[in-house]
Amino acid sequence: MTLIGQSVRRLEDRPLLTGEGRYAGDINLPGQLHMRLVRSPVAHGRILDVDILEAVDLEGVVAVWTGADVSAIPPIDFRQEGLTDLYPYRQPILAQDVVRYVGEPVAVVFANDPYTAEDAAEAVFVDVDDLPLTLDATAAPGSFDGTHSTEAAVVRTTYGSVDESFTAADKIVSVEVTVGRHTGVPMETRGALATVEPSGSLVMYGAAKVPHYNRKAIAAMLGIDTDKVILREGHVGGGFGVRGELYPEDVLVCLAALRLRRSVKWIEDRKEHLVATNHSRDQHHRISAAVDPDGFITAIRDEFWVDQGAYIRTHAATVPNLTMAMLPGPYLFPSYETTGHIRLTNKTPAGTYRAPGRYEATFARERLLDAVAHELGESPIETRRRNFIPKDQMPFSRPIRALGTVIEYDSGDYAGILDRLLEHVDHDALAAELAHRRRGGEAVGLGIAFFVEKSGLGPYEGARIQVDTEGAVRVVTGAASVGQGVETTIAQICGDGLGIPHDRIAVVHGQTDAIDHGLGAFASRVTVMTGTATYLATQELEKKAKAVATHVLEVAPEDLRLVEGRVEVAGAPDRALTLGEIAARLEPLSASGMGLEPELAAESWFTTDHMTYPYGVHAAVVSVDKETGGVVIERFVVAYDVGRAVNPMLVEGQIVGGAAQGLGGALLEEFVYSQDGQPLATSFMDYLLPTATEMVAIDVLLLEDAPSPLNPLGVKGAGEGGTTAFGAAIAAAVDDALQKPRAIFRLPITPERLRQIIHGDYPEEGAAPCK
Amino acid sequence: MKTPVKLRVNGQAHEIFVEPRKTLADALRDDCGLTGTHLGCEHGVCGACTVLLDGDPVRACLMFAIQCQDMEIRTVEGLADGEELHPMQRAFWEKHGLQCGFCTPGFLMLAVGALERKPDMDEEELKEMLSSNLCRCTGYQNILAAVRAAQAEMQ
Ligand code: FES
Ligand code: FES
Repeated sequence: MTLIGQSVRRLEDRPLLTGEGRYAGDINLPGQLHMRLVRSPVAHGRILDVDILEAVDLEGVVAVWTGADVSAIPPIDFRQEGLTDLYPYRQPILAQDVVRYVGEPVAVVFANDPYTAEDAAEAVFVDVDDLPLTLDATAAPGSFDGTHSTEAAVVRTTYGSVDESFTAADKIVSVEVTVGRHTGVPMETRGALATVEPSGSLVMYGAAKVPHYNRKAIAAMLGIDTDKVILREGHVGGGFGVRGELYPEDVLVCLAALRLRRSVKWIEDRKEHLVATNHSRDQHHRISAAVDPDGFITAIRDEFWVDQGAYIRTHAATVPNLTMAMLPGPYLFPSYETTGHIRLTNKTPAGTYRAPGRYEATFARERLLDAVAHELGESPIETRRRNFIPKDQMPFSRPIRALGTVIEYDSGDYAGILDRLLEHVDHDALAAELAHRRRGGEAVGLGIAFFVEKSGLGPYEGARIQVDTEGAVRVVTGAASVGQGVETTIAQICGDGLGIPHDRIAVVHGQTDAIDHGLGAFASRVTVMTGTATYLATQELEKKAKAVATHVLEVAPEDLRLVEGRVEVAGAPDRALTLGEIAARLEPLSASGMGLEPELAAESWFTTDHMTYPYGVHAAVVSVDKETGGVVIERFVVAYDVGRAVNPMLVEGQIVGGAAQGLGGALLEEFVYSQDGQPLATSFMDYLLPTATEMVAIDVLLLEDAPSPLNPLGVKGAGEGGTTAFGAAIAAAVDDALQKPRAIFRLPITPERLRQIIHGDYPEEGAAPCK
Repeated sequence: MKTPVKLRVNGQAHEIFVEPRKTLADALRDDCGLTGTHLGCEHGVCGACTVLLDGDPVRACLMFAIQCQDMEIRTVEGLADGEELHPMQRAFWEKHGLQCGFCTPGFLMLAVGALERKPDMDEEELKEMLSSNLCRCTGYQNILAAVRAAQAEMQ
């Protein structure tokens, strides 16, 4: 039976369709308390007083804590160890003396019901003496805390001979571009419920993404043994990078459960979410290309500024590092240098969001390539073709690292996928049609942007498969789910290996007491890592099943076949044992008689020190309304090579969903701040998510031309490529529609900005050469 | 000050005792134990809390429970007939109209309510109707496809 490659419907869906999902907010424990945060109303200031007297007196209020009550708890650490230079920028779980952004937790209230908790939080009065603000990450750095600079770090990556290349260049082309502040915004806000079980274990429900790491971190912060902390993942209402990181609120519910000896529940509201959960993006790049007389780009020089917000959270410098590592993308670029400034400001702290660092770097690089094309007076497609890494140079390595691994593109045919896309859209005819419409007075245009993604980060992931005597199969993994279809994907891989239907297989994930190790769901790694571990475990299980069948059927293992969940004798298929029957033969006594370990079970671990690199192209056709500044996307194509798609329907779902998020960042979503640091986007009236009306039908060209040689399934992760180049493609299309090269240098392209560009009163940053 | 309120949900009577300021969504979730109605914003934009009130899709986060005294409320828990899924639920499953599933109860109720009122909506009307709720995972494409498929079956 071949299950890999089939678009089967998901195992996850039935309870989600009938209202039986168990998201964090749906779990309740008897006698639970409700937690509510008191958050800073100002962007920067010294705390003079937190008056809790009125709140404490309210009926139903059990406790109110301020910073002083938790001053012994250390700030939240980075997942990557050893970054001591960045320690001063970590966030405490409640502000101690200073508040640094609107929304920062200052005090916390525990009450018998959520309405009372909210009343009590409103009755806490925070008196703050304003301090000077930093809101511009590109301005000269100031002081963070009297000792440390708001420039937390300057990161650098370089290879080749950049200075020489620029000196020798025939042309130097520069652009200056910005990607605005936006983020994941899952539909389920964050939430957590902590309780101390009779065994003495602290259990937290509502975990996601990295439960094993967070268990360790929570234990360390609270000073208890790791094995006394259990994290449980229920249904998860979307992750996108932001959910499942360790936040102050997670630590507070756990601490409260321990201190108050009651179950403690916290559900974030949307207004909080928009100022408390990680923001992302918000990068400013000055990037230049050295071009030789043949139009080949010999070197790239880039300098960028990251608006990290008020603290450095769990990701530390991950996003800037990924930006640097992935900026070169699909092009040869023999020499490269980039310098990133990580700047603290008085805004909500930032972390990763789907395609972190790549959405930004792709925008910068592809805008630059378009500018080079314009300078050379040629089609942007030609410029790209000339600079692509040729297929015959794969695997291609660059002397730079990403997430601790050396960048080595495992496989790819970049020119090939561009051809497939151009053919798919019938490029020449399309371009002619658009030109014709422009002559008729319409502002319509086509934009193309290329990207390389990364996926399948190691170093390890495991899977244990167990078959019971009824033949029911269970796969226990250390993976986490954020709603992307992990159970179905893993069940397909397992079912494929064992020849049984995927809906006979149960997949366990996100339970730290079910398996000791698991690195979680991020960086599009689950299908590659957990999927491969599952595949390897099916092979181990097959061996064991055959060993039993050899005894029972008295045939050599070579003469046995595993077919449709039965081990049968080759050529005599009615001499067979089902996997359930084999499991029955493996009860402890008879197992030892055969010299085998009891149970039909197998465990495998997949380790790797290289990532896989899926890649693709986005093509956009847009029309611009010159009066309103509105952009309508008429057509959008994503060509994406994922090596091999385990379930094409789910992969397409990921691509289309990712594209919607790319669209949001390109046209709609932005966290805007007032001059005094007040966030202006604190509801869905001001922070605009795409709806069905703004979304265009995404035409997905799903390709499997370049399977990964790094794992036996050939898979690469598919979670992010719908997002990566969206902004870059739309910008190019708008330029083309306006017939104004370099018009767009900032995302999101809001109607207001676009009208300014059209009417010519926009500062000419985009065209400014860099110094 | 808690007051008694009688809610009729999915054909069943629930006698609950709540503060007048308790929203319908919270009453359904906390007092009736029906957690299928989700809260994504609590300010009337996302539609995750959509339920049918006397047949009309409404935002349960914008209603108080006491306003719904004696009205017919339908929630996602009442859609299936025992084991038999509603055509809308089946279509969402077949067409992969959900990923994380958090927005799904709201979309199901919205679409069922709208199509029961006006079974012959065309593509544009369907899209317009669906644009009143938010989904962050699917990009709406498969939701639209699912609603189209269910529409054919519901007629
Ligand atoms: S929760 Fe009611 S509209 Fe969002
Ligand atoms: S499926 Fe996740 S929000 Fe719609």
